[in-house]
Amino acid sequence: MKIEVRGLTKKFGSGTAVGNVSFVVNEGELLGLLGPSGSGKTTVLRLIAGLEVPTSGDIFIDGKRVNDLTVQERNIGFVFQHYALFKHLTVFDNIAFGLKIKKWNRHDIEQRVLELLALMSLDGLGRRYPHQLSGGQRQRVAIARALAPRPSVLLMDEPFGAVDAKVRQELREWLIRLHTDLNVTSLFVTHDQEEAMEVSGRIIVFSKGKLEQAGSPADVYEEPATEFVARFIGSMNIVEGIVRRGQVQVGSLEFPAPGFSDGQKLQVGFRPYYVKVAEDATRYRQQAKLRHVYFLGVAYRLEIETADGLVLRSRMNKEEFRRYRFVVGQAVSFAVTHFRILPQESGGPSTDIEAGKPIPGPLTP
Amino acid sequence: MRWLLIGIVWLYFLVLLVGPILYMASQSFSEGLAAFWAEISRPEALHGFTLTAEITLIVLVLNLVFGTLTALVLARQQFWGRSLVSGVIDLPFAVSPVIAGFMLILLFGPDTMLGALFGQAHIKVLFALPAMILATLFVTFPFMVRELTPLLQTLGTEEEEAARTLGANEWQVFVKVTLPALRWGLVYGATLTVARAIGEFGAVLVVSGNILLLTQTATLHIYQSYVDFNYVAANAVALTLLAVSFAILTVLEIAKARAETTVAEAGAQ
Repeated sequence: MKIEVRGLTKKFGSGTAVGNVSFVVNEGELLGLLGPSGSGKTTVLRLIAGLEVPTSGDIFIDGKRVNDLTVQERNIGFVFQHYALFKHLTVFDNIAFGLKIKKWNRHDIEQRVLELLALMSLDGLGRRYPHQLSGGQRQRVAIARALAPRPSVLLMDEPFGAVDAKVRQELREWLIRLHTDLNVTSLFVTHDQEEAMEVSGRIIVFSKGKLEQAGSPADVYEEPATEFVARFIGSMNIVEGIVRRGQVQVGSLEFPAPGFSDGQKLQVGFRPYYVKVAEDATRYRQQAKLRHVYFLGVAYRLEIETADGLVLRSRMNKEEFRRYRFVVGQAVSFAVTHFRILPQESGGPSTDIEAGKPIPGPLTP
Repeated sequence: MRWLLIGIVWLYFLVLLVGPILYMASQSFSEGLAAFWAEISRPEALHGFTLTAEITLIVLVLNLVFGTLTALVLARQQFWGRSLVSGVIDLPFAVSPVIAGFMLILLFGPDTMLGALFGQAHIKVLFALPAMILATLFVTFPFMVRELTPLLQTLGTEEEEAARTLGANEWQVFVKVTLPALRWGLVYGATLTVARAIGEFGAVLVVSGNILLLTQTATLHIYQSYVDFNYVAANAVALTLLAVSFAILTVLEIAKARAETTVAEAGAQ
């Protein structure tokens, strides 16, 4: 079922946890609410569930305004960050809880629970207690319990926050498969941008209770709508300079900024893999010193510093890195092949600009 | 050295606990089993046991209800004067029971408004069951609250919220989630309350007037028999109370072990 929120606002005392937020979760979609801790994303989830009462704004589930419905009446499935399994009940009784409340008959309850145990790869664990399960298993019991009464929407708060890295990866893949199979409209909250990118069809980025950007993972990554998104999603070099003769001047670096008037202060952002670095001091136009090399497993990250003291990050894949013989401390040349003028605080679209023909090289992104 | 320390502990234990109990037991039966039985089945003794049981039961029920309620409010609600209430709850531990009894005497005396009010309504509070219940309530109130408040704080509200998202109403949440999570704490608190209520002497002595066959509880009966040089009666009733207390203590130990594993499970989650 479709979820829609319009102008949703929640104030706690004098603070605003959620400020005038509007968005839609389409039927059957798996959407991630992404933001740092304290950005209000969990509050949005709790407002939709009915666990919190909005200060203003409307919430619609399946086209029906649910503001005045209690949490019990909203027919949502909620997965809590720390699972919140009933410790005194077995796995079976945990999953059956909502069905007993809704007075299903015993036969149907048993069928439904067994069906979910199989779906969640929890066969044979029905008689265990929560403390006898691994973190990943508890997580799946929590999802099974939420799904049991066939909720119209599934809301998950940091669903993978409390398990270790390896299990987290398995759970992500498992959740994507589960969603493909069940196709229940799902909304989940995460602070992990990689997780949001991998799992969701669409992402909504939050910061300080405000919606920063909504879009596909690729959109949000490649075309960040605000400086916050640019900084928060992936890694980005962000430099600031003043426009002179149509160019943003940042030390010896120049970025064409057509349409901006002289004297304006602008921020320019570029991803590390758009910073090309070579040992040969004449290969690229800009000069710098190699400060550090970090091994990232699939790639290397190089940290370089210009004569003006500007520190930039570059990313290079292994094959490319091996072609050079970098020594920390040596002089290198570099170029920025692709950058974006970041939107101003007042908003406005960000402008994507291909760097005006840098020194051509064999290494195109 | 090690044996010396263990020896000291044993000696202390023997002198302080085992010795007196064994001696008391031997004295109870010094005039035979028949005399022992006669003493504990005398109308005065039976009345004492019944009265103690009545007071204990009423106090237990009241503490279960109001103790749980107080713990819920203290653990879950933020309100003006919360820390004051929280501090005052321990007061009965610090105040002598005799003082507690004396306070009730003053409060319900014929010269006070409260005393006059009950007097006009012909409800006898002092030197009757109501005052004895109030006195016992005063000394036992902290047990439940002190046991349940930390449990509730550890439990948090997520499980209750989970139950609500699954359609449970407030009563179902309380019965199916909150109470089961508190069950061993309730058992533990109830056992302490019962043990204390059975053994209470000072506060009850002051407010009851110790009237034979009317307001004389089991502990008061022991005291009275002792004062009257009826040592067999004092010993026999005391031994019976001791046996009950020992049984309660055993239940307490089992509950404590279970409560600890529950907390450990909660910690593991």
